[in-house]
Amino acid sequence: METIKTDIAIIGAGGAGLRAAIAVAEANPSLRVALISKVYPMRSHTVAAEGGAAGVIKDNDSFDNHFHDTVAGGDWLCDQDAVDLFIHEAPRELTRIEHWGCPWSREADGQVAVRPFGGMKVERTWYAADKTGFHLLHTLFQTSLKYPSIQRFDEFFSTDLVVTDGRCHGVTAIEMRTGQVRFFQSKSVIIATGGAGRVFPFTTNGAIKTGDGMAMAYRAGVPLKDMEFVQYHPTGLPGTGILITEGSRGEGGILVNKNGYRYLQDYDLGPPDPWPRKKAMELGPRDRLSQAFWHEQQKGRTISTDSGPVVHLDLRHLGEAKINERLPMVRELSQSYIGVDPVYEPIPVQPVVHYTMGGIDTDIGTATCVDGLFAAGECACVSINGANRLGSNSLTELLVFGARAGQGATEIATENGAGSADREALAAAEAAEDRVLRLFRRNDGTESVSGLRREMNEAMEAGAGIYRSEDSLQSCTGKMQEIRERYANVVLTDKSNVFNTDLIETLELGAMIDVATAMACSAMQRKESRGSHQRLDYPERDDATYLKHSLAQHSSTDLPTVVYRDVTITRSQPAERVYGGAGE
Amino acid sequence: MSERTIDLEVLRYDPEQDDAPHFQTYRVPYREDWVVLDAINYVKDELDRTLSYRWSCHMAVCGSCGMLINGEPALSCHTFLRDYPDKIRIEPLQNFPIERDLVVVMDDFIDKLGSVKPYVVPKEEKDIDDGEYLQTPAELARFKQYTACINCLLCYSACPQYALNDRFVGPAALALAHRYNLDSRDVGRSARDDVVASNPGIWECSFVGACSEVCPKEVDPAAAIQQMKIASTADYFMRFLMPWKRK
Repeated sequence: METIKTDIAIIGAGGAGLRAAIAVAEANPSLRVALISKVYPMRSHTVAAEGGAAGVIKDNDSFDNHFHDTVAGGDWLCDQDAVDLFIHEAPRELTRIEHWGCPWSREADGQVAVRPFGGMKVERTWYAADKTGFHLLHTLFQTSLKYPSIQRFDEFFSTDLVVTDGRCHGVTAIEMRTGQVRFFQSKSVIIATGGAGRVFPFTTNGAIKTGDGMAMAYRAGVPLKDMEFVQYHPTGLPGTGILITEGSRGEGGILVNKNGYRYLQDYDLGPPDPWPRKKAMELGPRDRLSQAFWHEQQKGRTISTDSGPVVHLDLRHLGEAKINERLPMVRELSQSYIGVDPVYEPIPVQPVVHYTMGGIDTDIGTATCVDGLFAAGECACVSINGANRLGSNSLTELLVFGARAGQGATEIATENGAGSADREALAAAEAAEDRVLRLFRRNDGTESVSGLRREMNEAMEAGAGIYRSEDSLQSCTGKMQEIRERYANVVLTDKSNVFNTDLIETLELGAMIDVATAMACSAMQRKESRGSHQRLDYPERDDATYLKHSLAQHSSTDLPTVVYRDVTITRSQPAERVYGGAGE
Repeated sequence: MSERTIDLEVLRYDPEQDDAPHFQTYRVPYREDWVVLDAINYVKDELDRTLSYRWSCHMAVCGSCGMLINGEPALSCHTFLRDYPDKIRIEPLQNFPIERDLVVVMDDFIDKLGSVKPYVVPKEEKDIDDGEYLQTPAELARFKQYTACINCLLCYSACPQYALNDRFVGPAALALAHRYNLDSRDVGRSARDDVVASNPGIWECSFVGACSEVCPKEVDPAAAIQQMKIASTADYFMRFLMPWKRK
């Protein structure tokens, strides 16, 4: 097995990975960075984010506002020291991206413009029309080309972290063009692989969002934190799950049921007028809006379609000019994929799995419990999102914590001088290679990747969806355990070394099974309702028992063990989340 | 009535096993709302695990899934079965070597993208604490269109010049150079000229406009290249008219 020596290995080249790589290159240009990704950087799923990135910049706003919107939005499960760090760094990072060329939308005088988003007291979302993630990603990728110390390994699929004695020595990855496993030997490693929405059947997430990095860290002994918190975005296109940005409601769009009634007023988000207004109705938080949809469906007030029940997102009153200027992609997506022009007709929408609040447990500096191992972005849980992420905090999170991960990894790599590959680390890397080779050697498998994946998807949707219960989660975890056992019998049909996506999908499925199981088990053990985690059998929030982070610890044979850790509270005591008229 | 089906004729090539590419036909169900990518995913999940191709977002923004569909470069996630007859031919993008099946080797494009210095070269470094650069909506509008490129390679696949001469920097990379040249925050134009204004740069383009026709994002790289030719020609004459301005 070829060993590639580097100083810092970064897994994932989306928003967080690229920002981390640039941070290393700026902090210490003599350090070699290996930026490893299973896709070319501009294919990373950051590209699909639409609405914008939050950061306090206007005189009518304040850091306190951003802090309280985030903490209340997260139903007090955020670590408040991390939130404070985040909100203060946010405008600096967004300004840095501006200096690097991001084409932010502007006000008439040339200042960066902001728009309102759900759960925000004051509008603070920087945006580049409705393609913010796309522009942010391409700006970062293009800027990264300036730095000769960043060496990219595009289309290398990372399989395992190499960890011995509690220290990370690098990562093994399959070079997809040749099928060969390489050992990237490094002094520190940053995981920036994004979310895991693909464990569910109906998601905004691209095909690549399979939780590989989460599973790698998990198997290496790092707990997955708060995995029961999965965000459903309230407005996805039926059939495909393509995201219709919250920015469309920020610009004034309304949601109506089959009677043309703005139903959100029945769920503590009203009164409906005057409209638009902050933190009310359609600008309530995502968890509340998706839950309201579920109740409307129970009441028979949604609209039936071949792709399931929908409600209508109506933008017609915005007019063609505003839709074209602020929401061009929404119009194009809606016209192309469902044949609806929002200038003339309301868009049918339904809730869709969008974001994993949980992830790899890190401290405020993005470090994990394994020495030399860092994580940032959606794959990580530094705990700024709590039980429900505020819309437009995630793009900012990539930048703020991507940069911190880069700085942390730089410190370790600078301190640690020339690392030597000890024999134990090499043996661990070879064991990782063997895990891949065994898949090639096995000829007697009976399970198909696509079949098992479908069963996993169905089990998660049925058992761990918007509303959960003891019964639904029991059957879900049972099914996941069965799927895990059957996964050992997956057969690899494609034995080619060249761009073998049968192999890649098989490894991705393995990661998803681990991540899905952690989600279901964490959900089963949390006997309360908080943010995006709603239990029909425990409808109330229970701060006395569960004002705590869950930590799922991997087991190679059994279901994970879930333990708890206190939430860091600094200046906001848990209170009732109020939106609409009650919050004014 | 029997269910409607579609025959996908897919180009297959595994360099470890095949001497030459060949077609393989798969019969898939027809669905009114399916894009070509959905049909290919059906093949992968239900019929043949060995078919290789790239895809991710399924919403025409990640740029992974460009292919030749009945001979035309297109994003397979944005091309609907309903717009095609019952037989659809699927091939990898042309003008690139085939890595495997529908996957092409895109190293050349990646190198060219980097060669045009696609990043802001500022007049002077500005401190973060001094805030953002002011840029009016009109200044933004000058280059906004050229920021929309998703690097899907359809324009390289359609370009007759790139087919003849692979030294040609090509539509997307040149359009990106133009994007930064037009940005009010940037002064890097002369630094990009080594590549952009060279023979394999803008002067190689014969203005057929195929790139702009296939572009799924209306970037119009042909227009970018023509605008750069005009600017570059103006530079050339300025050297004679105002030699003191010459650097």
